Amino acid sequence: MAQRVLILGIGNVLWADEGFGVRCVERMADQWAFPDNVRLLDGGTQGLYLLPFLEEADVLIVFDAVDYGLEPGTMKIVEGDEVPAFMGAKKMSLHQTGFQDVIATARLMGYCPPDLLLIGCQPEELEDYGGGLRDIVAAQIEPAIRVALDKLAKLQIVPTRGEGDKSLLADKSILRSAYEDGRPSEDEAYRYGDERFLPAEVE
Amino acid sequence: MVTTPNGFDLDTSGKRIVVDPVTRIEGHMRCEVNVDDEGIIRNAVSTGTMWRGLEVILKGRDPRDAWAFTERICGVCTGTHALTSVRAVEDALGITIPDNANSIRNIMQLNLQIHDHIVHFYHLHALDWVNPVNALRADPKATSELQQMVSPNHPLSSPGYFRDVQNRLKQFVESGQLGIFKNGYWDNPAYKLPPEADLMATTHYLEALDLQKEIVKIHTIFGGKNPHPNWLVGGVPCPINVHSTGAVGAINMERLNLVSSIIDKCIEFNKNVYLPDVVAIGGFYKNWLYGGGLSSQACLAYGDIPEHPNDFSADQLHLPRGAIINGDLSVVHDVDVRDPEQVQEFVDHSWYEYAEPGMGLHPWDGVTEPKYELGPNAKGTRTNIQELDEAAKYSWIKAPRWKGHAMEVGPLARYVVGYAKGHEDIKNQVDGLLRTMDLPLPAIFSTLGRTAARALESEYCGRLQKHFFDKLVTNIKNGDESTANVAKWDPSTWPKEAMGVGMTEAPRGALGHWIKVKDGRIENYQCVVPTTWNGSPRDTQGNIGAFEAALMNTKMERPEEPVEILRTLHSFDPCLACSTHVMSPDGEELTTVKVR
Repeated sequence: MAQRVLILGIGNVLWADEGFGVRCVERMADQWAFPDNVRLLDGGTQGLYLLPFLEEADVLIVFDAVDYGLEPGTMKIVEGDEVPAFMGAKKMSLHQTGFQDVIATARLMGYCPPDLLLIGCQPEELEDYGGGLRDIVAAQIEPAIRVALDKLAKLQIVPTRGEGDKSLLADKSILRSAYEDGRPSEDEAYRYGDERFLPAEVE
Repeated sequence: MVTTPNGFDLDTSGKRIVVDPVTRIEGHMRCEVNVDDEGIIRNAVSTGTMWRGLEVILKGRDPRDAWAFTERICGVCTGTHALTSVRAVEDALGITIPDNANSIRNIMQLNLQIHDHIVHFYHLHALDWVNPVNALRADPKATSELQQMVSPNHPLSSPGYFRDVQNRLKQFVESGQLGIFKNGYWDNPAYKLPPEADLMATTHYLEALDLQKEIVKIHTIFGGKNPHPNWLVGGVPCPINVHSTGAVGAINMERLNLVSSIIDKCIEFNKNVYLPDVVAIGGFYKNWLYGGGLSSQACLAYGDIPEHPNDFSADQLHLPRGAIINGDLSVVHDVDVRDPEQVQEFVDHSWYEYAEPGMGLHPWDGVTEPKYELGPNAKGTRTNIQELDEAAKYSWIKAPRWKGHAMEVGPLARYVVGYAKGHEDIKNQVDGLLRTMDLPLPAIFSTLGRTAARALESEYCGRLQKHFFDKLVTNIKNGDESTANVAKWDPSTWPKEAMGVGMTEAPRGALGHWIKVKDGRIENYQCVVPTTWNGSPRDTQGNIGAFEAALMNTKMERPEEPVEILRTLHSFDPCLACSTHVMSPDGEELTTVKVR
């Protein structure tokens, strides 16, 4: 059976570079469509809500902004058992405590994915509530995605070009472009929520 | 010594203990207390060390999108902020919602209450009372007997089951991954349970983890996804189509049946596990009646779960609305969140500045201008505070007051208000629990009372959820499949200027969003969140807040191990993520406790 892969972006999009992880999965879904055994999820700053997704995965790839005390924009790739420890290296924000606990809890319950990969990026700015990604961090989105694609290639998973499944990503009103441009037109940021759930009268 | 207007004697002469950060909570908070020679807390200072900035981001945005932003401010109560937000916008623009939307929103909101209460008790709070390391010493057979005595109808009770769990725990602890159980004070004499009770409760910790995965499916079904379910101004974003099975995303009978089965599972768990555990664990701590704080004298609830759509009158709400002040339970005051004289925020002891000192601002006129400065008696530096000066500004949390009173909000406040109002379900539950435990009414004004009220409320919410599920199904069977009113979706239908307020009872207490809309955009947006009420610093008059009051006069077994402080603070289910934003990125990894 094909390995089930969860590609998770975590962090708070409202806190500048903290949104890095979430923006990575967003961009990935813009460009690539994956087979059914791969799931892309915007995990936000959630904790236990993420457990069911971990349970249904054999491989976990996490994008996140992590403070390693490096130069802003530096990428840091960590694999396997080191992942939880690295995420707690320096506790710059809430979601990491939460996510470390999620991994610990999943292990206690016996359903933590055995194969872990953390694709981290050193943030430049966090103290800008409501701000978007800084250029130097945004520039790492593509390289970060390539790391994930390499990992998928090793698992013999080949994506196809074009937009993928976005059903587990952020509402359109806070996707990166809508969020950062602030005042999107209706075409850019569909106002009615998720199209799949549109009440008939709206159309 | 100083006596506060709300009746607490503060004495700062004893040694100072600093706990920073307080662990197992959502967000970042710090607490300082002075203890006397006998280890009794004689002064308490609670501070949010993060800044709240939501107001800044929402200005200029489309009000119909506000829910998606507010959903991101917290890692726990996503849906409750979203619901409060759509209610505020609907109130401002005069938008009504259909009956099915009311039922579905109530089911979602009740689901969040139940999920949060169960997760809070087992995964954040239980470890203040339960010692999982001690559970390794339990006899599985005796644990099985205890389980059958405590809850005869719970099917998971065999000695073999408890032996398996114990082995799993043992492996987990021995592998060095204490993880979620680390940072405990496991040899502190404040822990009173025998090993068998510890094993039983730790086992339920695991059962609750499995259950919570089921509970959130309801959010996925009605909200399209979870975390971060979808919401919609004017209703709910899930169409109903019970006549087809193929429509992707539509609510059909199969999905409704799943919702129904999850509701039943929660009702069973509350009845057979959660409530019996609270009684059993509480029974070992009956003499630990600290932590009442403001609960016996000043409680506030906005009320929630309207029976009918668009009707928020107090007698139509299943979770009660009202205010109690001056310890007089014979009078329940009505609460009007629009009245500029009722809810006001003060900042004399908060790191903000208003035009004039001493003034209080109603949220519609709210101002969030940060001003970070330490008082003359603070110790340390601006970036590394050793000791706060509570006579000056000392918190990023504002001090909201109701008609000038510091108030407690949350499950216990709701239950005190409900009890005082003679709310039948609440009164029966409270009286029944007190009878079972052979305790007098004043026992509920305590840390354990707060914990018990949450369990009772989880049970009550389960029944309410079933009520609204039945109502929804009946309505659908009668041919009403409407879930949204989009008549005023287009901004051209809106007034040039409008203002509104949305209220909910979040799991941790009264939550309000106040919005001003101008030319189709958000002009001002203020959230007053439950932890702002409970975790508030002193106000202009010197009244201490609910956390501070609840810590007063508690005896600490070992002042360097703040088990008692954590117990009481956790009993509020504090959540600072939405009240604040991280001040310094260099947070300590472990809780530090400093005694000076």
